[in-house]
Amino acid sequence: MTQPSLVARITDFANRADPYPLYAELRRTPVLHEEEGEPYVISSYWDIESLLHDPRISSDAANMTAAGADELQSESTGLPPSFIRLDPPEHDRLRRIANSAFGPPHEPRRVDDMRGELHTIVTELIDGFAGRTEVDLVDQFAYPFPVTVICRLLGVPREDEPRFRSWVDPLVASLDPETRQSAGPEFVQAAQEARTQLGMYLAGLVEERSKDPRDDMLSDLAAGKGPDGAMTMMEVLSTAVLLLIAGHETTVNLITNGMLTLLRHPEYLQRLREDPELAVNIVEELLRYEPPVQLVPQRTCITDIEVRGVTIPKGSRIWLMLAAGNRDPERFKDPERFDPDRDDLQHLGFGSGIHSCFGAPVARLETQIALAELARRLQDPRLVADPPPYRPNAVLRGPRHLTVTFDGLNP
Amino acid sequence: MAADYVDWLRREGRIVIVGASLAGLRAAETLREEGFTGSLTLIGDEPYEPYDRPPLSKSVLLGKASPEHTELPRRRELDAEWRLGVPAAGLDLTGKRVLLADGEEVDYDRLLIATGVRARPWPVPEEAELDGVFVLRTRDDATALTEKLRAGARRVVVIGAGFAGSEVASACREMGLEVTVAERAGAPLVGALGGVIGAVAAELHLENGVDLRTRVTVTALEGDAMGRVRAVHLSDESVVEADVVVVSLGSMRNTEWLSGSGLGAGPRGIASDAGCRAFDFRGIVTDDVFVAGDVARSPHALFGYQFLSLEHWGNAVAQAETAAHNMICPASDRRPHMWMPAFWSSQFGVNIKSVGVPPMGDELMIIQGSTAERRFVGVYGFKGRVVAAVTFDNARWLEYCQRQIEQGAPFPVEYPTVDRRPEGRQPVAADFPDPSLPTHGPTVTLSGYSPADRRLVFTPGHH
Amino acid sequence: MRIVVDLNKCQGYAQCAFLAPDVFTMHGEEALLYDPRAADEHRDAVARAAAACPVQAITVEGLHQGAPAEPEQVLTGAPWEPRDGR
Repeated sequence: MTQPSLVARITDFANRADPYPLYAELRRTPVLHEEEGEPYVISSYWDIESLLHDPRISSDAANMTAAGADELQSESTGLPPSFIRLDPPEHDRLRRIANSAFGPPHEPRRVDDMRGELHTIVTELIDGFAGRTEVDLVDQFAYPFPVTVICRLLGVPREDEPRFRSWVDPLVASLDPETRQSAGPEFVQAAQEARTQLGMYLAGLVEERSKDPRDDMLSDLAAGKGPDGAMTMMEVLSTAVLLLIAGHETTVNLITNGMLTLLRHPEYLQRLREDPELAVNIVEELLRYEPPVQLVPQRTCITDIEVRGVTIPKGSRIWLMLAAGNRDPERFKDPERFDPDRDDLQHLGFGSGIHSCFGAPVARLETQIALAELARRLQDPRLVADPPPYRPNAVLRGPRHLTVTFDGLNP
Repeated sequence: MAADYVDWLRREGRIVIVGASLAGLRAAETLREEGFTGSLTLIGDEPYEPYDRPPLSKSVLLGKASPEHTELPRRRELDAEWRLGVPAAGLDLTGKRVLLADGEEVDYDRLLIATGVRARPWPVPEEAELDGVFVLRTRDDATALTEKLRAGARRVVVIGAGFAGSEVASACREMGLEVTVAERAGAPLVGALGGVIGAVAAELHLENGVDLRTRVTVTALEGDAMGRVRAVHLSDESVVEADVVVVSLGSMRNTEWLSGSGLGAGPRGIASDAGCRAFDFRGIVTDDVFVAGDVARSPHALFGYQFLSLEHWGNAVAQAETAAHNMICPASDRRPHMWMPAFWSSQFGVNIKSVGVPPMGDELMIIQGSTAERRFVGVYGFKGRVVAAVTFDNARWLEYCQRQIEQGAPFPVEYPTVDRRPEGRQPVAADFPDPSLPTHGPTVTLSGYSPADRRLVFTPGHH
Repeated sequence: MRIVVDLNKCQGYAQCAFLAPDVFTMHGEEALLYDPRAADEHRDAVARAAAACPVQAITVEGLHQGAPAEPEQVLTGAPWEPRDGR
């Protein structure tokens, strides 16, 4: 009876609640390649950091030639790959244009100006708990909040959420290596279909926005006023699909993991209640301790590279285990401890290098406000189940539900 | 015995730092950080507490920061005596005393010299004194220049297209002023980055409406009857009208106060060993005098132990920290100053960064991006290895290049990289000017022994 | 507050410019400009910016209430005339 490979155990749903012992095991073999068809898994902080800045590493699926390479080919969805799956110069051009609708230098205040609105949304969601003593923080808070925000940012009508959720869910599920391997071709087909449908839905919106621009990202993307000119319609759609999905799934998990972690460390919950400014460091430490994106499974090398004496052949799949690097004792003192007071916050939670998280500033603000307000307003919140039930996804890891009981609400 | 001395020094010794800018401040902080509890004195010629200089040619000129308010944040409480507004005038190595320009003396047990550099003035004093002629190095310079530029100046001439000159030209264009840049070399930045990159920099100037004149020198600054500058005469016999002239001809090391002290100090700085201990003029290392920052010249292990002078912000910080550490630790704990040279400049909206020692390179390869797009990574090679790199708006790839330099990676770069263009398949000559010609900062001066530095006259003894 | 950014470390992630736009601005795609003496009203924003910097390049003095007072200064005489290099 041989034990399943370490990679199989990491993707195994049974280990979703606590993968960290497996990550510790991973780090003992800094470059792990268990068998043909399995990825090369990198788990030490410095190695991950350095590969994220290595110009021999590609995000373009076309460069992946190894067995088990990504099957979700974009051609069949009719939409070109979004910039997360491209290399420079295309990646840089598309990301610059997307950024010109989102942040500095062209839109320096778009995110900061949303702070008041973020507060309002959070307040309304928590107000909705009135008269109850038990809520599912995922369904009633951590999911609707970022979805509302990304809809506002992009200019997608919030009331369409039930429609696009049916497309987003299979798309997100398709990002999970385990699901993709076990679910078979009809599953991949469904994900492609969802992407196409979502693209078509967004195409209608972009059409409207180009005739009647508003102050939102879809209008700006459609207009393409930046120095790099406009994206093609197809590029706009790919970008919008990417931002919609990324704006959904990751922050949901960051907020949920955050509340779970605070409930497990009540002394910090109490301190946050007394000092909302602590939210800033709590969020950075969360990004280290419980990163919502656990690994980057979509990299390959365009030439043979050597990492720690191991040669990784050209075209191999490479997994960068962000969550394992974040707990690397060679990098962080006392890495298994949740410690928002640590003065070293240089985590890999948002990645690093040219593909570092596009929405990071929004995710930070959302989570800071969300956790500070939950801490302030929920009276004596308690976990109903620990560990809570998790989503299947090993990449975008987080609880599916987080049921919390509490005694009442502070105004 | 020696250990006893170090213990005593750490407890109650007197440490004096001459130079109260970035290096002086960071050294003082490091001394306290590492447990020095004796007396600490900082001597500075400017009447201000330590402030940051890079913003003076960028944020300050662009009106995003006040020239009076670029003071450096403290990393910790210092508990130090500050002697500001009075320069050091001499050093008595035997008596272990620093002489101040106001006649006072300050005794030390260990001394750190971090007197930095000053702007090289326009060489003709009566022309330099014309109203409207500026250098830009200090807070006062920046205050005077910004006042003048905001007071209705129209035409600016910048003499010298090194980094500082280019940054000034860029800021002035952004303010809507007419700008002429006069440069002796064939392009801006050639001393620091070579002719290939210099050509890219030249395009930036031209595209942003700078009247760039290369391969010319300024022969005279002409004033009007009121003593205001009105025109600049160039070696090609052209005359450019100007109401502001910014002289940006690099810098001079502040070592004059050490002449006759017996320290190995001269126009190229103060030579030290790899542990920041100064040499005396006989080339013998001193025990209690340390140097750091722009004024220092020390051998670098990664670059063939050549003596490097690095006028880099990061070098000032790193060398100050190393010097401070070595000043108060036992000999066995000393560490060499091994900082990887690095600098940045932003001009015309482009972020230029570099690591290593570009002027050491004789070949260049654009391994990512394209010079035509002004977004690229270039690596410099020397004798088959990577010795430096430069990026234009591509900073996130620079740390990879740094590791290549640290590992002595082979050059040319034969393997593929993302975003490699046809222009980047082959190395080209980096096209640096003859090193014997003067250039502008932020400079890396590659200076081994130079006969011109000779200060020692050998007189055979008579028996 | 006093601020300095180690621009050798900076890689243009622009988190500071997103989170404290009155203090940090991007000049072009990658170059950062900032006000080294930001007004106290931006304290919270600067705290968010400094914590968010992915390369931890931002040093701030006076971020927390009760920051050290201005250092004591011993001025000896007026600003000195520039030396002529003799």
